Amino acid sequence: MAILEIKNVGKRFGGLQALGDVNLSVAENTVHAIIGPNGAGKSTLLNCLVGKLIPDTGSVTFQGQSLLGRKPHEINQMGVSRVFQTPEIFADLTVMENIMIPCFAHRDGSFKMNAFAAVRGQGDIKDQAEAILDDVNMLEKRDMHAASLSRGDKRRLEMAMCLVQEPKLLLLDEPTAGMARADTNNTIDLLKEIKEKRDITMAIIEHDMHVVFSMAERITVLAQGTPLVEDTPDNIKGHPKVREAYLGEAQV
Amino acid sequence: MFGLTAKNTRLLFLVIFLVAFAPFLMNPFPADSAMAQFNAGYPDLMQRFVIFGIFAIGFNILFGLTGYLSFGHAAFLGVGSYAGVWMFKLLGMNVIPAIAASVLVAGLLSVVIGYICLRRSGIYFSILTLAFAQMMFALAASVLTPITGGETGLTLSLSDPRILGAAAVDGNIPVPSFFGLEMRSTYELAVGGWSFSFNTGYYFCAIIMVLAFYASIRIFQSPFGLMLRAIKTNQTRLNYTGLNSRPYTLAAFVISGMYAGLAGGLMVAMDPLAGAERMFWTASGEVVIMTILGGAGTMIGPVLGAGAIKYMENIVSKINKAVLEQWFAFMPDGMEKAFVTVFDMFTGKGWHLTLGVVFMLVIIFLPGGLVEGGQRIKGLFSRKKAQDTPSDAAKTPAE
Repeated sequence: MAILEIKNVGKRFGGLQALGDVNLSVAENTVHAIIGPNGAGKSTLLNCLVGKLIPDTGSVTFQGQSLLGRKPHEINQMGVSRVFQTPEIFADLTVMENIMIPCFAHRDGSFKMNAFAAVRGQGDIKDQAEAILDDVNMLEKRDMHAASLSRGDKRRLEMAMCLVQEPKLLLLDEPTAGMARADTNNTIDLLKEIKEKRDITMAIIEHDMHVVFSMAERITVLAQGTPLVEDTPDNIKGHPKVREAYLGEAQV
Repeated sequence: MFGLTAKNTRLLFLVIFLVAFAPFLMNPFPADSAMAQFNAGYPDLMQRFVIFGIFAIGFNILFGLTGYLSFGHAAFLGVGSYAGVWMFKLLGMNVIPAIAASVLVAGLLSVVIGYICLRRSGIYFSILTLAFAQMMFALAASVLTPITGGETGLTLSLSDPRILGAAAVDGNIPVPSFFGLEMRSTYELAVGGWSFSFNTGYYFCAIIMVLAFYASIRIFQSPFGLMLRAIKTNQTRLNYTGLNSRPYTLAAFVISGMYAGLAGGLMVAMDPLAGAERMFWTASGEVVIMTILGGAGTMIGPVLGAGAIKYMENIVSKINKAVLEQWFAFMPDGMEKAFVTVFDMFTGKGWHLTLGVVFMLVIIFLPGGLVEGGQRIKGLFSRKKAQDTPSDAAKTPAE
């Protein structure tokens, strides 16, 4: 069953057709990778899913509900979390505070005027936050400033912040961009572990084919704003159209 | 205690101690000594310390936590003042309805202004609030003269209705009071050469400031306060975490607007007249400087900043040429003249220059404000102590 359905989505920036007639459906509980060369429209597509951009044409539905016209926080509250290309965390706050914020968002909704309750008094939030920090092996760093974490840890923290909300769909925008090979492998292991433990659907935008082929169950190749092929990893590997789009190879 | 962490409880008690004993602390010099002009323990000035302290505490809830720099907060102070004076005119001289009305009217106005200005952030937000405040100032100074008294200001008169109290007492306009306790009544205590004044109005304001400070600590350590700090550091992540930043910023804006209204109400409770100049943009700038000078985002910083600025405004500005000549009288003639000329630029009417220099020094060397200065001094002492008594870890030889 499809959890996310993208139909005939088009987006134009001035004279540039960033997306033209994209049709894509992501099945529940799968890892679906979206790949494509630079400028293929991957990030634009992602921004159309999370409420940052509104497509000019077409529809986006999540579990049968339209996402168009909803604000980012509303879409998140429906169960869609996003990991950014460069980790977006609360740099001035501690690791623990970073994790507690999504816990509050998950429990209290998008706004709650609890100005006289103490953060310390929220035992359930604290337990929840510590549990997820333990899951990503960051419990001993709980009192560190998020800004002073290493890049890999920032990424783990951001993922933990998304996961603690128990999203149904996790969108990952180049989760291993700029990482060393060892860190990349750690991230892959982390994501696989997450996938095993929870009922979660992942949509990954990625450049690194190593990541894509070690995780994805389904791959869509985007080129110049339109889906080129959609297939299983094995079939994608040798696909002539993909080789052409990526390497500019002439078809033999 | 009171639902606060141990550290914050200590901070609260420090503030209670400071305001309770301010009449002594502010008057360290005997009344007839040469240093007496550095005494700040007179009722008028002490009232201003705590009232502007409230104003700055409220401003800090918006600026210190969310990072939204409002350049129009004096508008709420001014509107609160007008509302307070109107309560004195219509209802009677009890300060409670006046202050309640000040807070309420300032709160309502801040809902409207906040709703519009918070559509933008950063410099655009600052400019919008500045524009609004200047509009309010212009309205108060001219168009709305029947309500605000125009440029002369809004004052009480014998012909006011005052339906709940006497319109006149012995042929005079009655004075503001708290259920009969007159705000201006002062008890003078003379000990040796010292003279200490205990003013009802000051203690009334001081109690309200302590309550306001307590409320601000509670906000700082609440989940709501955590969200406000999250807005300051990364609003994008906050929105993608399912939180709507708009109601949070609006709530912070309204709370700080109500604090400003409370300060305005207390100002007229001490001295029942309100003028448009209270809403001028320099007044808005003053609270920004107070907050940054003391330490934006810290709990006690704004109170210290407000105290420092009001002290300089009232004490440094009183040092005129005659006083300087007296100070430097021991010097040879030419040297005395030179010293007096130089110092005169920084004192008396030139006190703004002193403020500017102090502000620049603090920003450059102590970006965290006076609070950071305090922390560094504390750090120096604790480092010394640590060196004197090496820890156990240092004693055990390394493996």
